[in-house]
Amino acid sequence: MSGYRFRETGVIELDELEKLGLLPPQERLKRGPVALLECPEKIPCNICVPYCPTKAIEMKSIIDLPVVDWNKCTGCGICVVVCPGLAAFVVDLSKEDADYVTVPHEFLPVPKRGDEVVLLNKKGERVGKGTVIRVWERNRTYAVTVRVPKGLGMEVRAIWVEKKQ
Amino acid sequence: MVVNGVSNTKTCKLPVKEGLKVVRQKGWGEVKTISSEEKYVEKEEIETDVLVVGGGPAGLEAALTATSYGLNVVVVDEHFKLGGQLLKQTHKFFGNVELFGGMRGFQIAENYLKKLRNAPGIRILTETAVYGVFRGGVVGAVSENKHYVIKPRFLIAATGAQERFLEFPNNDLPGVIGAGGVQTIMNEFGVKPGEKALVVGSGNVGLIVSYQLLQAGVEVKAVVEILPEIGGWFVHAAKIRRYGIPILTRHTLRYVEGDMRVRKAVVAAVDEKFNYVPGTEKEFDADLVLLAIGLEPDTRLHAQAGAVMKYVPELGGIVPVRTRDLETTVVNMYVAGDSSGIEEATTAILEGRIAALSVASKSCDTSKASKALDEMEGILKFLWEEYRASPLLARARKGKETATVSREELRELRKTYPPPISFGDSV
Repeated sequence: MSGYRFRETGVIELDELEKLGLLPPQERLKRGPVALLECPEKIPCNICVPYCPTKAIEMKSIIDLPVVDWNKCTGCGICVVVCPGLAAFVVDLSKEDADYVTVPHEFLPVPKRGDEVVLLNKKGERVGKGTVIRVWERNRTYAVTVRVPKGLGMEVRAIWVEKKQ
Repeated sequence: MVVNGVSNTKTCKLPVKEGLKVVRQKGWGEVKTISSEEKYVEKEEIETDVLVVGGGPAGLEAALTATSYGLNVVVVDEHFKLGGQLLKQTHKFFGNVELFGGMRGFQIAENYLKKLRNAPGIRILTETAVYGVFRGGVVGAVSENKHYVIKPRFLIAATGAQERFLEFPNNDLPGVIGAGGVQTIMNEFGVKPGEKALVVGSGNVGLIVSYQLLQAGVEVKAVVEILPEIGGWFVHAAKIRRYGIPILTRHTLRYVEGDMRVRKAVVAAVDEKFNYVPGTEKEFDADLVLLAIGLEPDTRLHAQAGAVMKYVPELGGIVPVRTRDLETTVVNMYVAGDSSGIEEATTAILEGRIAALSVASKSCDTSKASKALDEMEGILKFLWEEYRASPLLARARKGKETATVSREELRELRKTYPPPISFGDSV
């Protein structure tokens, strides 16, 4: 037994992310877009490190957890498309009217800018609807940025495109 | 099925060809007999520096490394395409950029094929099965119309693994299928295997296949896990949880029901001792029940060659005892990849390279040999001290330590249990 709830549930809550040093501090979250790496286990993997354009992610050994320098991170989202575990997200809680979340997406159909999509939390529960702001791709992983209702920025971790009947 | 008069043919992975005659088989099937005068197939004798059995990640890396040291290599694989399990992996691999990390499995296979096509001194025999290893260091292999008698100086057997099956009522109904089998049908051949799936086992294979089913438009009802924790890595679990797939820990599959195909799967909770708790049954409307309950190393070739074997539960079964550079007690016969013990693709690649470098260090001229040795030491250090230091690989690492002996111990084992055959010209 690892002692972590995420090992039993497949869902990692904010307290466990914080305990593992994976949660950006509140003031950083409020300042603008920032990467959130929900990567709590020592997977032998460091793909995000060389791809980060601002060199904000550090790993001493290939099995270390990623250590993000939140001040260097610009929230560009490269990590979202390169992370093999699809564990990287970008959250922007700085706006007053809405939050913005960038999630990896590997399902068809691929949404387009302006589409309304279903918002899913870490348990797959539908927590609302959001509007697609930006879509881009790298090696068939899409990064989809959605505008979500204010307060859902730390909840939404996936989108689902309703298929047209 | 009976295909062109041959019984027990696996039609699910047989390429369609002009004039193929497929007939439903009744019962055990018959063995085709031919008279002794009849020449069944053409025979070809091949001499080579290295024979690689198995064209998965370990075998392909071994072959490529060996050719880079100027050795002649023959690669034999049963499938019609090289790549092994890589062919059916559509997810991106972990690791680092140098070790294909970030590439999808099938892309890694394509990458190998491109390099191998241009490699000097390589011969690839697909749709060819190695059937045995014989005295004098001779290896027999057959394809549909040819019999190969191969005499290699070194043999690297990277034969992979087989899926485990589970006993439960009606497990012979169509729709009950191994997770790897589904990956072949779905990801390699592009056939949707069903509409509603239940996945048994929450190791990485079970979690990954659930995600892939979802991508293919199959509804995944649940992943069932008998242990109190998820077996595989968190990130793979999170990937399916956020699309609403439940992972039922402390649950087991009781039975399935159906007529010509699975229609219903019944799951129940287990207690601390893994005994079924009556009255906790949950029914799932499913036409697919995937078994992802683990793999077992395929070491039949090593066992048949007379290599000293050891049962190592952490590695999934019986594996050949080997040195750090992966030589077994059969002189110049190596093991690499899942057949050396179930681990994962990156370690399989590293093991393939280690085995080939060990071969190069023994068979090349002095300067190349010492280069190979240096390279091998570097990779061994990375594999054992960095990569396998991950707690997620602790179990496999422990198993691989158990199966590994020193050169000294290998010599003693060879004295105590002299292998009936050996390869090449060394002692």
